[in-house]
Amino acid sequence: MKEMYDVLIIGAGVVGCSIARELSKYKLKILVVEKGEDVASEGASKANSAILHAGYDPVPGSLKAKLNVRGNEMYDVLCKDLDVPIKRTGSLVAAFSEEEVKELYELFDRGIKNGVKGLSLITKDMVKEIEPHINDTVVAALYAKTAGIICPYGYTIAVAENAAQNGAEFVFNSEVIDIKKNGDFFIVKTHKEEFYSKYVVNAAGLYSDVINNMVGAKPFSVHPRKGEYLILDKDQGYLARTVIFQVPTKMGKGILVSPTVDGNLLIGPTSEDIQDKEFKATTREGLNKAITVAKRSVDKFDVRKTITQFTGLRATPDTEDKDFIIGESDVKGFINAAGIESPGFTAAPAIAEMIRDILKDAGLKLIEKVDFNPKRRPVIRFTELSDEERNKLIKENPAYGRIICRCETVTEGEIIDVIRRPVGAKSLDGVKRRVRAGMGRCQGSFCGPRVVEILARELNISPLEVTKHGRNSNILTAETKKFLLEKAAEVLKKEVYENA
Amino acid sequence: MLKYDIIIIGGGPAGLGAAVEAYEKGVKNIVIIERDKYLGGILEQCIHNGFGLQEFKEELTGPEYAQRFIDKVEEYDINVMLETMVLEITPDRIVKAVNSKEGVFTIKAGAIILAMGCRERPRGAIMIPGTRPAGILTAGTAQRYVNMEGYLPGKEIVILGSGDVGLIMARRLTLEGAKVKAVVELMPYSSGLTRNIVQCLEDFNIPLLLSHTVIEIHGKDRVEGVTIAKVDENREPIMETAQYISCDTLILSVGLIPENELSQKAGIELDPITGGPIVNEMLETSVPGIFACGNVLQVHDLVDNVTAEARLAANSAIRFIREGEFGKSNIAVKAGNGIRYVVPQKINVDNIEKRIKFRMRPVNVYNNAMLVVKSGDKYLLRQKRQRLTPGEMIDVNLSKDILKNANLEEGIVFLVEEG
Ligand SMILES: Cc1cc2nc3c(=O)[nH]c(=O)nc-3n(C[C@H](O)[C@H](O)[C@H](O)COP(=O)(O)OP(=O)(O)OC[C@H]3O[C@@H](n4cnc5c(N)ncnc54)[C@H](O)[C@@H]3O)c2cc1C
Ligand SMILES: Cc1cc2nc3c(=O)[nH]c(=O)nc-3n(C[C@H](O)[C@H](O)[C@H](O)COP(=O)(O)OP(=O)(O)OC[C@H]3O[C@@H](n4cnc5c(N)ncnc54)[C@H](O)[C@@H]3O)c2cc1C
Repeated sequence: MKEMYDVLIIGAGVVGCSIARELSKYKLKILVVEKGEDVASEGASKANSAILHAGYDPVPGSLKAKLNVRGNEMYDVLCKDLDVPIKRTGSLVAAFSEEEVKELYELFDRGIKNGVKGLSLITKDMVKEIEPHINDTVVAALYAKTAGIICPYGYTIAVAENAAQNGAEFVFNSEVIDIKKNGDFFIVKTHKEEFYSKYVVNAAGLYSDVINNMVGAKPFSVHPRKGEYLILDKDQGYLARTVIFQVPTKMGKGILVSPTVDGNLLIGPTSEDIQDKEFKATTREGLNKAITVAKRSVDKFDVRKTITQFTGLRATPDTEDKDFIIGESDVKGFINAAGIESPGFTAAPAIAEMIRDILKDAGLKLIEKVDFNPKRRPVIRFTELSDEERNKLIKENPAYGRIICRCETVTEGEIIDVIRRPVGAKSLDGVKRRVRAGMGRCQGSFCGPRVVEILARELNISPLEVTKHGRNSNILTAETKKFLLEKAAEVLKKEVYENA
Repeated sequence: MLKYDIIIIGGGPAGLGAAVEAYEKGVKNIVIIERDKYLGGILEQCIHNGFGLQEFKEELTGPEYAQRFIDKVEEYDINVMLETMVLEITPDRIVKAVNSKEGVFTIKAGAIILAMGCRERPRGAIMIPGTRPAGILTAGTAQRYVNMEGYLPGKEIVILGSGDVGLIMARRLTLEGAKVKAVVELMPYSSGLTRNIVQCLEDFNIPLLLSHTVIEIHGKDRVEGVTIAKVDENREPIMETAQYISCDTLILSVGLIPENELSQKAGIELDPITGGPIVNEMLETSVPGIFACGNVLQVHDLVDNVTAEARLAANSAIRFIREGEFGKSNIAVKAGNGIRYVVPQKINVDNIEKRIKFRMRPVNVYNNAMLVVKSGDKYLLRQKRQRLTPGEMIDVNLSKDILKNANLEEGIVFLVEEG
């Protein structure tokens, strides 16, 4: 008979990967099935605000509130174990009128109810002290000390890698198209293979409704709410030290100005309900809106310093309370972690614990592994090493002496390492998300060809097969001389045909 | 710490030119540091001809032009460190670099010549909304793939921007069998050389759409098309003129930016317009003993000018190591009406032997205009110029005698007088 998994997780976003890691602490056979070519390559986990929210925002008593606050607390240990940069920058909700100040009191009260620590209401002077470049029109702010920033795809990759180190399996490029319950197990069909598993966890983000409805559980729907962003050059990063929110409206937490862990400046997101779950484009209107609104907080940034822009789609559940949909469905053994919109990233580790408990209650035996290793093998970041450390490294492996990405100072050694690691990089974007090669001010015009060469060599494929992000996103289309010969042959054939 | 008289950062034509000049003037304890595997810089991928008309009085390809200097570097046995990246320079002229043989090391220089060239502006810098598929690349990257690696980045191509690299690539890609559907330029004029427009577009019937831009990119995995539109006087797209062009590749040729991360970290003052260091008549930056030439200083369209600039930088560096600091600059050089920038940005007349060359670009296209140099109300020079265009750098030679008439307080201003 075919291999039987204990738990099959659909979706390799931060939620699916966090669940996989949590479960990899136990003697279980775990499989994560992802339709994209990589971890955090398709969904919300790669395109969001990257904020570890403090937790004053969600409605008291909701799952969002509980899991946000708990998740936030878990990140320090996790980031240490997984070797992922995190900065507890704190966040500000800035009020620019007396009217808005009233809202701050409400947020403050909600935060207290939710159990958020380190909240305070601060006056203009204190705001300016914390955030010298915020506009002078600021009146007061809610300061949340526990808020932080993180690299969302970097974290997700790290969690996945550690889960894999501890035995969890991953398949990519595999889209689940059907799920059948067969007695006491599920048959999960993707467009190219079939898997058997005793339990199925649905962590498919925006498609979690499709997956839920596929198995015949009580239906619900999730729709995309689009958020557009701009990322500015590192020389604009000094403009924000904390995450600067504005007083929220009903369309979300509003547009923020924030540093990123890597020192760039992030502006966005907009908030717009749409229909198309595949919509990934930015729009002129959206970007203009993000810029205009952000200028209300900090007007000193220079838009010409934009290095890239992106859109993220929030998986907004169409339920009355808009809360996360977490729990065993009416199909026994099928468990939802669905409709995880903001603060889903922050909540992810807490969601993973909750799913573990739900699985236990549903009859899954959890036997702890003695050899579970919570630590990811540390990542080498050339830029952060001392010269002595660099020299030692280069002596051991000369590839660390070759700089491939000049904007972010990334070496060939680092690139090779992330291709070879468990759940390694397979594409240009995969490399970029892991080591930042191509993420700097030149956006890969310099290192692109070199990374293509390294990927081809390491994966033992032709440069023509190297993609930007899997599927048909090939970078190169033909060999020059061959293409001309083929064209010439075509012309000849046509002539022969026409003459005949 | 190892010490060199002159450390040259970058082994393109600027760095090569400076090294050869220094050696020939007798300063031999020098080194060129280059991060690539070979010398020649951007020229190695410019396999078209059109280089060297002034310098060698013949038309060479990029690699041939570079080779003339590389041969001399080899003949003179000048120190070269390849695959070595400079990570940092300090105001007291200590250079930190890394390579896979020596690891990270520091060396000290009597004088430094910056010759790091420039990089291309990416998509982000021009804010084209839409998706982020494969098939969007800069012209220089396309050039590298085609000319050096032997791969085509696409088959049906739209080029945004009519900078020289884009124009050259329109021709190259056509010759390689790809279809270049259009070159789209935001401005009402091209930023490329006239000869390139004729030889690269007109000769191949490639349409050049002036006052147009790409307003959206389509395609999920690979580019499937772009929407272009005409723009109004404020360069805002006129939505009614939007038009879809199917293509699998969008090549960007939207400008070059001098590569000055190192300079910035060393505290060198940059000119916000050129993106290069502010220099004096000796091509010395705001940090004494650090000089700049080539595309790191200002983006050139002719390599011959780069070589000339490199010679001046080398001679200035030599003078610096022999005589020490130069006197303070006493005349400010400004760009007036119709001129975008002027290099050098300040001068000290006492350091000028006979004459000095100023290089600048106009902000617009002017026909039969007067190029004027003034100091206060006084005219120092009036020259009729048949055609001024932003795609072609202007040189103006001023003699020491003329400059002596400048008013120190007012400085000198370059401007265009029309009509
Ligand atoms: C604009 C925006 C801003 C946000 N800001 C923040 C923030 O600052 N802080 C915060 O805490 N949270 C934030 N969030 C929320 C957070 O990003 C999400 O809650 C979190 O990333 C959700 O993770 P996930 O794993 O559930 O979903 P995803 O990351 O979307 O992962 C789902 C995965 O399932 C895969 N999948 C779907 N269908 C199938 C199928 N049929 N077969 C196989 N695989 C499938 C997808 O390819 C995808 O990889 C934001 C979200 C957005 C969109
Ligand atoms: C595509 C194209 C077409 C052109 N066509 C023509 C033409 O037809 N005719 C003509 O006369 N001119 C032409 N030019 C212009 C001319 O070739 C350039 O202006 C000239 O090459 C600039 O020389 P450079 O030495 O300043 O820069 P580059 O050639 O760019 O050299 C700079 C070098 O510095 C190195 N470097 C940078 N940073 C570091 C670091 N930190 N450490 C170590 N090394 C570093 C780089 O690797 C590079 O090799 C063209 C230019 C381009 C780009």
